Amino acid sequence: MAIESIKYAAPDTETKLETKVFPRPGQHTSGIIDWLTTIDHKKIGIMYGLTALFFLLVGGVEALLIRSQLWSHNMEILTNRQYNQMFTMHGTTMVFLVIMPLSAAFFNYLMPLQIGARDVAFPRMNALSLWCFIAGGLTLNLSWFFTGGSPAIGWFGYAPLTDTRFAEVIGDMGPDFWIFSLQILGLASLLASFNFITTIINMRAPGMTMMRLPVFTWMTLIVSFLIILAFPAITIALVELMFDRTYGTNFFDFLEGGKPHLWQHLFWIFGHPEVYILILPAMGIVSEVIPVFSRKPLFGYGLVIFSGAIIGFMGFAVWSHHMFTTGMGVVATSAFSILTMLIAIPTGVKIFNWIGTMWGGRIRFDTPMLFALGFITMFMIGGFTGIMHSSVPIDAQHQDSYFVVAHFHYVLIGGSLFGLFCGFYFWLPKMSGRMLSEKLGKFVFTLMFIGFNLTFFPMHYLGMIGQPRRTHSYNEGHGFETWNQAATIGSVILGIGVAIGILQFVNAFFNKKLKPAGKNPWDARTLEWTLSSPVKDYNFARNPIIKARDQAWENNYGPKENHSEKEPLDDHGVHMPDRSWYPLVTGVGLFGLILGMLFHASIDSSGELVRDYTFAIAGGAIAIFGIIMWSLEGPAGYHLFPKENEE
Amino acid sequence: MSDASAHALDHHEPVTSTGIPNKKVLMWAFLGSDCMFFGTLISTHLIYRKISATVGGNFLDIRDIFDIELTSFSTFILLASSLFMALAVSAIHKGNLNSTRWMLFGTIIFGSIFLACQVYEFTHFVHGKENKHGDLEHQLTLSAYAGKSEQVGEDAQLTPHEDKAHVFGSTFYVLTGTHGTHVAIGVFWLIGWFVYSFTGKMSTADAMDIECCGLYWHFVDIVWIIIFPVVYLMEYAF
Repeated sequence: MAIESIKYAAPDTETKLETKVFPRPGQHTSGIIDWLTTIDHKKIGIMYGLTALFFLLVGGVEALLIRSQLWSHNMEILTNRQYNQMFTMHGTTMVFLVIMPLSAAFFNYLMPLQIGARDVAFPRMNALSLWCFIAGGLTLNLSWFFTGGSPAIGWFGYAPLTDTRFAEVIGDMGPDFWIFSLQILGLASLLASFNFITTIINMRAPGMTMMRLPVFTWMTLIVSFLIILAFPAITIALVELMFDRTYGTNFFDFLEGGKPHLWQHLFWIFGHPEVYILILPAMGIVSEVIPVFSRKPLFGYGLVIFSGAIIGFMGFAVWSHHMFTTGMGVVATSAFSILTMLIAIPTGVKIFNWIGTMWGGRIRFDTPMLFALGFITMFMIGGFTGIMHSSVPIDAQHQDSYFVVAHFHYVLIGGSLFGLFCGFYFWLPKMSGRMLSEKLGKFVFTLMFIGFNLTFFPMHYLGMIGQPRRTHSYNEGHGFETWNQAATIGSVILGIGVAIGILQFVNAFFNKKLKPAGKNPWDARTLEWTLSSPVKDYNFARNPIIKARDQAWENNYGPKENHSEKEPLDDHGVHMPDRSWYPLVTGVGLFGLILGMLFHASIDSSGELVRDYTFAIAGGAIAIFGIIMWSLEGPAGYHLFPKENEE
Repeated sequence: MSDASAHALDHHEPVTSTGIPNKKVLMWAFLGSDCMFFGTLISTHLIYRKISATVGGNFLDIRDIFDIELTSFSTFILLASSLFMALAVSAIHKGNLNSTRWMLFGTIIFGSIFLACQVYEFTHFVHGKENKHGDLEHQLTLSAYAGKSEQVGEDAQLTPHEDKAHVFGSTFYVLTGTHGTHVAIGVFWLIGWFVYSFTGKMSTADAMDIECCGLYWHFVDIVWIIIFPVVYLMEYAF
């Protein structure tokens, strides 16, 4: 429905309709209105990043509370319900509000620059993705303030934990908040992915063939396909759960013939591709960083991409390894076990490619490279324990123990988060135009590396000796105390490291004393490094004509025939689409719609259930109004006339 | 394809890497995703359709509930609407605005008839049929009671509800209801174009947009071609 028009709308006819309601901000808008109405992929990327870093702090505080509770036996910092709420919110926040949007921040900022485009294919839809993401983050965290507090169902929301009849608190709204926030976050991811797919397939600069695309852009494409094919499963599962909770259907109600087991399947059909949605962007970042700091092209470019695609494809065929202990039968269990073992092959190929890239290279140990090396080593440990879990008997032994917690934190922090921090240290000079302090960066890396290993390595051992996960305390005499205390100390060190890192990133945008970055501070390889830092609004003054992979490197060091050329300057200048209020209006409408759905039911004085949809309908009407006005206003726009090399 | 890309050049649209307009790529990506939405719903229905019938010792013969003649009629109507849609797309490409307008109108009418049939069907399934003694039987409801939200904590009833509560009702209404919602969105989209056609601004420049609308409409139609045998006809076969 919300389809952008690419034609240059004649402003005199098409903008008449909307001027009365929300006048379109003009070319020279600045300040808060600029950020609220922007459709520039770079600004949207920065907003994604900053919001996600804020949620990283929120999720981190939740993690620290969990660790404090586990400091010693029978601690009472959190009650068992509060503990359940903490790990639910920690998991949901870190997956949906931190790692995914941080990846989306890089997708948004970098991908159009890497393919030589002026923006994504549908800039206003991109803005709507951002507002939906923020609405989802707000909705999830609003749950703290209403009946029952935040959800206590785990980030997986297994039935029958979500059944209203088993709620610990009467009228518990936590799971409802969880359902609706995940729905709108899913919408945000879907819209963004449609956009990225179209952009990468259709808006490459002349000469930028698919096999010249930077690896990070390739991973963006693969992740976008994973999102559009995996999210529908969770969306429908959540719709069914919403019907169960709100309208009394029987999808997951075992008393009426529903199967809680189905929820697990639907959740993990989404949930396992989700794991690759979280890790592939980090792999893309690392594949960009290692060649730069080894001063060598990526070893086996084609194989790295092919492995990424295979991982994405096979990611849809291994979901049941999360459910080995549910009793699926020998055949299904064996099949999923074998496929899970197979998926280690493309992952291993990538690791050998990174090592091959460094082999014989002139390696510089700048902060981004340290994080990339941290990524490889930590991710390998997480990968090895992952292969252990693919074996069914071992999995049965590890199920629900701290060993599993250790495994996926090695993959998600040691892997994803280290990869994303690597990306920040690498590309922030491009985004902010200023160099970050190497000294502070290395200090952050040291804190994070030590803190992370001190927190999660002992969990392998704790799991092996039997400490169960998702359990709010343990008794004396199991010998759990020592390593739990080590883990808690480690988590504080990790938290301090992450917090300093975030301050450093934010500081880069405001601190004028930092050294200016220039176009290509790292002597890097891909197209975005041919542009000034920060990048101009229009990205490219003239469309580049691509002659080789690693174009920035070829321009500096390659043979003459590999140097990129530029299309002649257009007499009409660079067309820039106008800013628009309607993505924000539509986002606010959708936020109103889900709030209206959350609070539509109440019990009147006679104990009858009353449903009042006024607020939900009002929200929906605002959203529809936004979409209609959006399609009528068209992209419109103005023209800029940059000089020859002003980019 | 060739005429679409040539057309794109006429209207100053940027040349895309593949020659396919951006909106069309977007629409195909969306439809790929939508396949997974319906795939999930249809799988849920198939997994549940046999279990549901015997819950609580209360056997439910779906054939007593379904009105297969009506559904066959509405299926035919929906399929026929696709012909109108195809003719509308063809007409706008040729620049025949008058024909486009009335073909769109035909699609809207047929889509609406389909929706009306579905509303009629839902109403009658919920209400049930009168038997010889004037009692209602063969009811199929979404759920056994209005909402579970009131039944929590100590009042929770941990026993199955005796009649009417069938998982079949849950999967049937949510699946066909989701499809109906898709049709309704399509009808509103088409009404938007129909109204727009009277503003005098419609031109062959809009062909791409109407074609995307057509892709959506045909997709919704194809989904029904799967739902009709899998949800309705199969109850008579197995």
